[in-house]
Amino acid sequence: MTIDLPFIWAGLIAFAVLAYVLLDGFDLGIGILFPFLADREERHLAMNTIAPVWDGNETWLVLGGGGLFAVFPLAYAIVMPALYPLIIAMLLGLIFRGVAFEFVHRTRRMQGAWEFGFWAGSLVAAIAQGMALGALVQGIAVEGRAYAGGNWDWLTPFSALTALALVVGYALLGATWLILKTEGKTLARARRFAMWLGAGLIVLIGAVSLATPFLRPEYLERWFGWPSGAWSAIVPILLALAVWQLWTGLRRDGDHLRPFLATVAIFVLCYAGLGVSFYPNIVPPALTIAEAAAPDSSLLFLLVGAVVLIPMILAYTAYSYWVFRGKVDPADGYH
Amino acid sequence: MLDSFSAIDLARFQFAFTISAHIIFPAFTIGLASFLAVLNGLWLWRRDEAYRRLFDYWKTIFAVVFGMGVVSGIVMSYQFGTNWSVFSDRTGPVLGPLMGYEVLSAFFLEAGFLGIMLFGRERVGDRLHMAATVIVALGTLMSAFWILSVNSWMQTPQGYSINDVGQFVPEDWWLIIFNPSFPYRLVHMVLAAYLTTAFVVGGVGAWHLLRNRDNRGAAIMFSMAMWMALIVTPIQILAGDLHGLNTLAHQPAKIAAMEGHFESFPEGRAPLVLFGLPDDAAGETRYKLEIPLLGSLILTHSLDTPIQGLDAFPTDERPPSALIFWTFRIMVAVGFAMLGIGLWSAWARWKGRLHEARWLHRAAVLMAPSGFLAVLCGWITTEVGRQPYTVYGLLRTADSAAPLEAAAVSASLTAFIVVYFLVFGSGTYYVLRLMSKEPQNAVDIDEIGPTRAAGITPVAARPTATHVGATGS
Repeated sequence: MTIDLPFIWAGLIAFAVLAYVLLDGFDLGIGILFPFLADREERHLAMNTIAPVWDGNETWLVLGGGGLFAVFPLAYAIVMPALYPLIIAMLLGLIFRGVAFEFVHRTRRMQGAWEFGFWAGSLVAAIAQGMALGALVQGIAVEGRAYAGGNWDWLTPFSALTALALVVGYALLGATWLILKTEGKTLARARRFAMWLGAGLIVLIGAVSLATPFLRPEYLERWFGWPSGAWSAIVPILLALAVWQLWTGLRRDGDHLRPFLATVAIFVLCYAGLGVSFYPNIVPPALTIAEAAAPDSSLLFLLVGAVVLIPMILAYTAYSYWVFRGKVDPADGYH
Repeated sequence: MLDSFSAIDLARFQFAFTISAHIIFPAFTIGLASFLAVLNGLWLWRRDEAYRRLFDYWKTIFAVVFGMGVVSGIVMSYQFGTNWSVFSDRTGPVLGPLMGYEVLSAFFLEAGFLGIMLFGRERVGDRLHMAATVIVALGTLMSAFWILSVNSWMQTPQGYSINDVGQFVPEDWWLIIFNPSFPYRLVHMVLAAYLTTAFVVGGVGAWHLLRNRDNRGAAIMFSMAMWMALIVTPIQILAGDLHGLNTLAHQPAKIAAMEGHFESFPEGRAPLVLFGLPDDAAGETRYKLEIPLLGSLILTHSLDTPIQGLDAFPTDERPPSALIFWTFRIMVAVGFAMLGIGLWSAWARWKGRLHEARWLHRAAVLMAPSGFLAVLCGWITTEVGRQPYTVYGLLRTADSAAPLEAAAVSASLTAFIVVYFLVFGSGTYYVLRLMSKEPQNAVDIDEIGPTRAAGITPVAARPTATHVGATGS
């Protein structure tokens, strides 16, 4: 029996991207919600809930990019130039919001400016990621081993829709994270945000889901053809269950974990839905997982490390979350 | 203004600019992480409050610099694809897994334990906190290991073959990772990072000694830094010499450019060009100031080994020489100035005047940023010296770039320049302001604020806990 290394690696890269979306999703969501919080004290409290973990969360993005370079170099070489303005905007946005964690406490005079940067950087990064997702789903023009489209191919109504959906989705992750990590007025406010964001996200997921199968004939076939259609019917059913969990979690006082987990489940299911559309492509419409893969010797060499190191990473990341567990108390912090 | 440049020139400017800005941060944090581990170890061993206060003092600075290193580093991991997509496609099978190992074995390790190192002492206890501190330091060194292996392979590629679509594919991972220039480059860079940190720490200590010679924290950091200057600088000069010999064996054109030798010396007996103006178009170094024979002695450790000049290479295989010639000299000059400070401090220490030697302190303040200058100049020497190739001798820079329009790259380059000067300029200012606070003495938290890069600390309720160390674990 031969092991299909490209397939395994597609799964691992998909896992890294999903981990990034979920983990940095709630970080970015808190940045997006920043201007809607009550005052500076509440904003800093919200920032404190993610301060110990944001760096680790963002490392998954480096793994996604670095991993793509390592195991699917052709996909990396085609997608990055195709999405050039989006990637640059995302990187610049991440700079502003990454340094803000320290900078807001290093200055009085410019504090407001770095808070603004934290919000704007988070928002720009989320929009860029959402648009990149939309552009990828629409498909990318390839000729030979290079991107063959123009500078602005990524800018379409569909990519604007996916950007809006991701911004709302991240904001919902952020709001439900705040429900988990705060108390009192902040908790109540986060819950109200989550209600509205949850409703908005459902509408947007519906819109994206309706548009996607009609973007390309093969998507229609993968969603509604037989036998793959049977599998893809399961995703919407599970999605409805997750939405129900979110709703009941938000209605019930004292259940502070369920809304966050339900939102995570919604993200995972949408991601699985994307997987149904994509497979076996890595860059729709032309490039497949197998075509983009590096030779097996590269895949195997890195797989040995990944098999040993990723479980360790998950373990000490979980430990770090455990160390900083519980509600963040604005009055006495961590000592 | 940027309109007159081609897309590839702009992409090169952008890479040079973003990587130069980035290297400043790891050059400092690699050394600082180890310094923090040593300080924390000394505190646990001797239970002397001064070490713990120094740890807290430098960890706040570390947090700011590390944050800037993270965000500028993410840019690098994507820029290979955005601007150098052909390079990425060709080298991905060889270089990608090395970078993958860097992420898996270094970046996650640093990020995972940084929060505990900065804020977890009270939560996890002294022992685990010490472990986290050591792990972060190891993470920075692992990161240096992998990324220098990648860079070295681009300089001295081996262990590969080329497949039918033109990709470099791995044949022998051991040969790829431990390629000929890697051990030299790794040692040279890690020592450079340690020296960079030592001179920053020494400069800050000297600054505070000049203002208050009874400041014990300043005295401790100045003394530790001067030991580093005395012991590590000679080792670094030796490592640099060996690195140069290795480069001569593998990239003779780079050495010729560094030396300003346009003409070959088939009989050896090459002079050392101290100064001059290399002129690529004319093919000569003008206004040379030379020392006879010394060039051969330094390069080949003999008098009669033949040495190639740039004339041994076709003009389209030569690196641009003037920049390499000068950056190399600046790096070497900084190295010898560091050696001078180290020897001067040894003399002052022997005389028992280390903490009173005002002129030594002033010189150390002046030398505080010298490590950054040397690191940048050294990297320019080796990277420009690799031109006109990205993978030396095999893949030309001109054939490596992404199919982007010049307008797109000039827009992104402009954005990077504006954002980097704004963000990292502000960050540098905040770091300098932190350094200007006197160590050891209790600091009013309202003045500098708590450290937040990767942790949660009390805001105003218990201001003394973070910086004065009033709470035990």
